[in-house]
Amino acid sequence: MELLDNLALGFSTALLIQNVLYCFVGVLLGTAVGVLPGIGPTATVAMLLPITFNFEPVTALIMLAGIYYGAQYGGSTTAILINLPGESSAAVTALDGHEMARQGRAGPALASAAIGSFIAGSIATVALAVAAPPLARVALQFGPAEYFSLVLLGLIVSIALARGTALKALAMIFLGVLLGTVGQDIYTGTPRFVFGQRELYGGIDFVSVAVGMFGVAEILRNLENEQTRTAVVNKVKNLWPTREDRRRIVGPILRGTGLGAALGVLPGGGHVLASFTSYAVEKRISKRQREFGHGAIEGVAGPESANNAAAQTSFIPLLTLGLPAHPVMALMVGAFIVHGITPGPNVITDEPALFWGLIASMWIGNVLLVLLNLPLIGMWVRMLRIPYQVLFPMIILFASIGTYSLGFNAFDVYAIVLFGLLGYVLIKCGCEPAPLLLGFVLGPLLEENLRRALIISRGDATVFLTRPISAVLLAVALAALVVAVLPAIRRRREMVFTEED
Amino acid sequence: MRTSSRYRVTARMIATIGVVSLIAACSGNGGGGNADAGGDTYPGDNITFVVPFSAGGPTDTVTRMIAEPMAAKLGGKIVVQNVEGAGGTVGAGEVARAEPDGYTLLMHHIGMSTAPALYKDLGYQPLESFETVGLVTEVPMTVVARKDFAPATLKDLVTHVKANADKVTLANAGIGAASHLCGLLFQTAAGVKLQEVPYEGTGPALTDLVGGQVDFMCDQTTNTSGQISAGEVKAYAVTTPERVKSLPDLPTTAEAGLPGLEVSVWHGLYVPKGTPQDVVQKLSEALKVALADQRVMDQMAKLGTTPVPAESATPQAHRTKLEEQLGTWGKVIADAGVEAS
Repeated sequence: MELLDNLALGFSTALLIQNVLYCFVGVLLGTAVGVLPGIGPTATVAMLLPITFNFEPVTALIMLAGIYYGAQYGGSTTAILINLPGESSAAVTALDGHEMARQGRAGPALASAAIGSFIAGSIATVALAVAAPPLARVALQFGPAEYFSLVLLGLIVSIALARGTALKALAMIFLGVLLGTVGQDIYTGTPRFVFGQRELYGGIDFVSVAVGMFGVAEILRNLENEQTRTAVVNKVKNLWPTREDRRRIVGPILRGTGLGAALGVLPGGGHVLASFTSYAVEKRISKRQREFGHGAIEGVAGPESANNAAAQTSFIPLLTLGLPAHPVMALMVGAFIVHGITPGPNVITDEPALFWGLIASMWIGNVLLVLLNLPLIGMWVRMLRIPYQVLFPMIILFASIGTYSLGFNAFDVYAIVLFGLLGYVLIKCGCEPAPLLLGFVLGPLLEENLRRALIISRGDATVFLTRPISAVLLAVALAALVVAVLPAIRRRREMVFTEED
Repeated sequence: MRTSSRYRVTARMIATIGVVSLIAACSGNGGGGNADAGGDTYPGDNITFVVPFSAGGPTDTVTRMIAEPMAAKLGGKIVVQNVEGAGGTVGAGEVARAEPDGYTLLMHHIGMSTAPALYKDLGYQPLESFETVGLVTEVPMTVVARKDFAPATLKDLVTHVKANADKVTLANAGIGAASHLCGLLFQTAAGVKLQEVPYEGTGPALTDLVGGQVDFMCDQTTNTSGQISAGEVKAYAVTTPERVKSLPDLPTTAEAGLPGLEVSVWHGLYVPKGTPQDVVQKLSEALKVALADQRVMDQMAKLGTTPVPAESATPQAHRTKLEEQLGTWGKVIADAGVEAS
């Protein structure tokens, strides 16, 4: 079997002692930067890229890849413990993960995130090994029209993220979309809502919004109400998922893996939809919809698995076609070039040891990550016992350093103050930050692809219906909308938008 | 010894992560402005190289390549700092306002010569606000199309797009990007106005070209040579006076019959206006040494480019290039009616 030969070649490369060592260094660094709020994998990979100039190419790529998927593991930790997501995917994890932590169930939340990530990573790596080239060909069928329809579908199904009333959720989505329009319009170069500030030309950074709206607002809320906070710290229950928990997370993990793996392949940024969509799907099909937003373990396991599966499969366009799907992948292209390998479709045939070695190393990296992360859970949970007057200044310090390091721009630090205050006011009004982030992430994608599709079709809007993939996605979106508004299923819908009292 | 160097590298890496926060906290104002700027004692402090683009991009990579040998020659430390935003104008503006003491440098590319035409209220002027130190490298560009696009040669392409101007799409990586400039120049040289399709960066644009969603575009050899040699895109020409080593069969635009389309992504090093001449000279000398470094040459070769010859790594040659390019792009951009702000 050719596949077995290839895997043997891959493992013989990945299991070389220096490759295992640097794989470990990569996932360790990834976990560390994932845990530190604000400092993301992009900055880390960029900083470490010059150091890898002296490495063997395969060793360098194994380490850099490890940083990327390691950060996806680590990113959930702060989201769960202190409601501080560093990436769009972790924002979804924070919804139920942090609620679980408030109920003293941080341990099971962290454990199900780690287990889900491991299973998802392992399965997605198999997908990568078995079907990477054909999957990449399918993914290339996605043009601007298809992405527009996909994002629209994602936006419609993800309205389930809201806990409050539908009206408030919609208002938050629109506010998010509006914030997403800030910056230079890529089609005309016209600056929008920049108020003469050159720093705003590149738009508002997601990390600033997330750290402010979730993290800083949460700190303000905690400082206001000392009683609910001490309650959090005192009653830390079991560290490990109970038998009931384990039974509940199997389905979400497998569904999240499938969804994430499929969306991750798309080079135009399908990975950002993975965790949002997984959360929405779990909430829709769950028998315990009322628990979502109040600490449902499915709401942690599903999105975390989806996110990690997408992180693995987003290597497919890069490895098989040399096309980056993500800023980190663009840096990996740089790494290929610096090491004298021209990224492109020829990598599989010209550098089989590198291609298969990297894939095999991902599986090893996932094993290392789960071995690294499970014992850390006890330590993380103990971190919650740090007196809050010590903990919160440290959170703010790290958040400020992290956001500053995004682009050495003091503006990003001011932004977390602003969004912290905004987030606090919104919480007070009973509005939630999650739909806002959804709008902020998906709004620009929606606009960009809508306009690009129309530019290419010379203003002919039927392009969304005449292209088959796009038409199918729109039909599914319409169906989702009908399900939501049909009076016959009205009662079910009200359960989705659980009223908060 | 191999092993010991590996250990050193690991230690350095761990140290790097450790100091990430320190760098972030300390290097904000760009080097020690209070150090003595006199030529004899220079450099007495860390030198900051501002890169106005994201870390890991081509300009950043080039900067980090030359920073090490330059630091060795100058006998100091060089810190690379990425100040992104608005097509490089945020970082350039920061350096223009920095102390002219030789401790804050700017690495910029062709965008230095296009910004005055693209942005109003720039806050600085390329010729008045900076001293040129020297050119660094010129990265060639290629004209590429989706693989099933009908025209076979550059001449066919020109005929085809002229006849089908209402159907053809020309992709680029966003306003002011090298691919955008090259696309404008193509339209000028061919005497045609085409529908441009902007993307956010080269990656997505190239993805849609390989996927056949758009017809053709210009891009740096760094990004296209892999796709060209794999046959995923159709290549017509390279936009420099000479062919490139990595693509020996690809004709130049002049050879292929469109001599007006000559463009390269040139990089240069700047200091703020008023920097002492002896400091500028020292920096220029160090740049020359760095560009002659075998390691730098090897790494640039991997990027599909070469260091500029020693006579171009001088303040005067750099200034001449900048003046000439300001004239060229000012006209091309004004004729195309493009404006970024």
